[in-house]
Amino acid sequence: MTLNLRTSSAQRNERMAAYLFLLPAALLLIVFSLIPFLSALRLSFTNQPLVPQLLPDGTQRSADFIGFDNYSDLLRVQLVTLEPELGDDGQPQRDDNGDLVYPRARTILRGSDQYEGMSELTQFDLFGTRYLVAASDPTWWRSLFNVFTFVIIVVPVQTSFALALAMLVNQKIRASNFFRTVYFAPVVTSMAIVSVIWFFLYNPDQGFINNFLSIFRIGPFQWLDHPASAMLSIILMSIWQGVGFQMIIFLAGLQEIPENLYEASALDGANAVQQFRFVTLPSLRNTTIFVAISTTILAFKLFVQVDVMTFGRGGPEDATITPILHLVNEGFRGSQRVGYASAIAVVFLLLVLAISLVQRRVLTQKEA
Amino acid sequence: MTTDSALLRAEAAARARSAQTRKTIRSAINYAVMIGLAFFFAFPIVIMLVSSFKPDEQIAGDMRSLYAFIPRNITTENYSCADYDLATSDCSPTPGENPGLFERLPFGRIYFNSVFVTASIVIGGLLVNSMAAFALARLNFPGKKLLLTAVIAMIIIPFEALAVPLLLQVNSFPWIDGSSTWINSYQVQIFPFMADAFSIFLFYQFFIGIPKDFDEAARVDGANIFTIYWRIIVPLSLPVFATVAILQALTHWGSFLWPLMATRGFEFQPLPVAMRVFFGQAPRQWGDIMAFASLATVPVLILFLLFQRWFVQSVASAGVKG
Repeated sequence: MTLNLRTSSAQRNERMAAYLFLLPAALLLIVFSLIPFLSALRLSFTNQPLVPQLLPDGTQRSADFIGFDNYSDLLRVQLVTLEPELGDDGQPQRDDNGDLVYPRARTILRGSDQYEGMSELTQFDLFGTRYLVAASDPTWWRSLFNVFTFVIIVVPVQTSFALALAMLVNQKIRASNFFRTVYFAPVVTSMAIVSVIWFFLYNPDQGFINNFLSIFRIGPFQWLDHPASAMLSIILMSIWQGVGFQMIIFLAGLQEIPENLYEASALDGANAVQQFRFVTLPSLRNTTIFVAISTTILAFKLFVQVDVMTFGRGGPEDATITPILHLVNEGFRGSQRVGYASAIAVVFLLLVLAISLVQRRVLTQKEA
Repeated sequence: MTTDSALLRAEAAARARSAQTRKTIRSAINYAVMIGLAFFFAFPIVIMLVSSFKPDEQIAGDMRSLYAFIPRNITTENYSCADYDLATSDCSPTPGENPGLFERLPFGRIYFNSVFVTASIVIGGLLVNSMAAFALARLNFPGKKLLLTAVIAMIIIPFEALAVPLLLQVNSFPWIDGSSTWINSYQVQIFPFMADAFSIFLFYQFFIGIPKDFDEAARVDGANIFTIYWRIIVPLSLPVFATVAILQALTHWGSFLWPLMATRGFEFQPLPVAMRVFFGQAPRQWGDIMAFASLATVPVLILFLLFQRWFVQSVASAGVKG
């Protein structure tokens, strides 16, 4: 009886202590993450501006509920079949190369109310027919395309590069500590700062990189100044800055692999490649999953490099615009449409969530 | 017989020699690759440091040759400053020279902003996140499972997606000094980042691995829960504290998007945001920019050099692998 009483009072104490310990973090997470998350959801259905309009009586004009308008403005796309221009003879016109001549996208989109507020995203030919893809926010789709390009290149390249570096600096050789430090050095420089340095190095006329490559008769490249190479320039610099971090994580993983696994496999006649394939890689499974997932999430948030190196424009010709840059430009700069930016935030959040769930499932399934 | 064994011995010696040669060649290739990579990772940083000691006019021209890496016509004009005022971190221009970094912006103040904000987040964060993880890992209370799931779910939410609504929210937050907004302040850069789901998760993973016997023995001795946290769990968990501190420090030393939105001038801006502003300001003098970048980078590099070996160990023992 007395024992029972004592345990229950001990339990009560423990419960009280638990809540006290949780309180500061919980409060901060609620105020600075949960509430903004809920208000992003709410704002995405309104036309909330960044700076509320003042009404004549001095009060602030409240935002209107506009349903799914922000979402449809963000996501609406339409496929338009283009008919070739007809000549005076009623036959399709051809240009000097013998290609069919199509009307200009703008003429078509301006011509009908159905396409109001939409502009050209891209055109493509399929089975001899020309299609025009129009979107109400082509920049958004372009930003998705760009960030997927970034993720698809950076995640595998950076992860395998990091593993290779970790294996190099894990060798028991002289100066391995020195190399470790040099490879990691870019990680401790902040991204905004090295973006400026690389902007200087990438300069097509007098930058160091083109001058250096010209020794090997490579280049010159336009780097950030040309739409075809701008994203690749961002990718190269991002890998340079970030790979050292994953290297350290892999290095920590490598150092946990028991030495006798290698000795046993060497006795069985395994060569270095086989040891890598059958000892190193399986032992690093969890580490690799962690690195791949965290690099993916980080890569989707691509913003700082692009903002600094393109002065917030994501240029040239939207070649480096990303969802987060688009969000900041819509919600904070320029039009300052917080409602619209919140819709971008919600869609982006769902996207990142879906991708990391799928990735987690795919990567952890191989276990069996 | 003797000739046979002599032959065998000679053959073995030759084989050993060629194995030795092969080993030397392999080791040479190994070093060549590692030195090439070292060049790849170091060249921007070396160019930055060397250029910061050159006159503005010379920097771009030197990129055409090895001079990019060689200090010549060394000058400290990019760093120069007559009568530095510690309070305002202003200084008057040195006569007869291009205005340098310190003469163009209150660099000391900006530096302090970065250090103060980063240190506050790291120290405050270590406390609140480890406390929360302690409750989740080692105490019993209703709703524990649910809270743990919530924390793990929050790891995925990118802060970037919350920035704009958060900006509206802090715009009308009161502060203890009587002001009615958090915009353009230190607190706006500190409190949103103190509690961090990923840090809680790292602490949780470590704490759950500490044997229960430790707390039970202490409880029998009459220790209360706060003593167990402070006297037993914290001292046993130094590697995870170190790892979380390093991860948080690296993240917030580079903090960019949020201070870009929530601060207005150099009074509260941290280094990365000030760099973007400075970079966009005419005249764009590369010497000053390189001096800025060097000063923002070198102290952190030195810190890393000092703690390098220890850092790898702490990442390994804190089990940063999800």
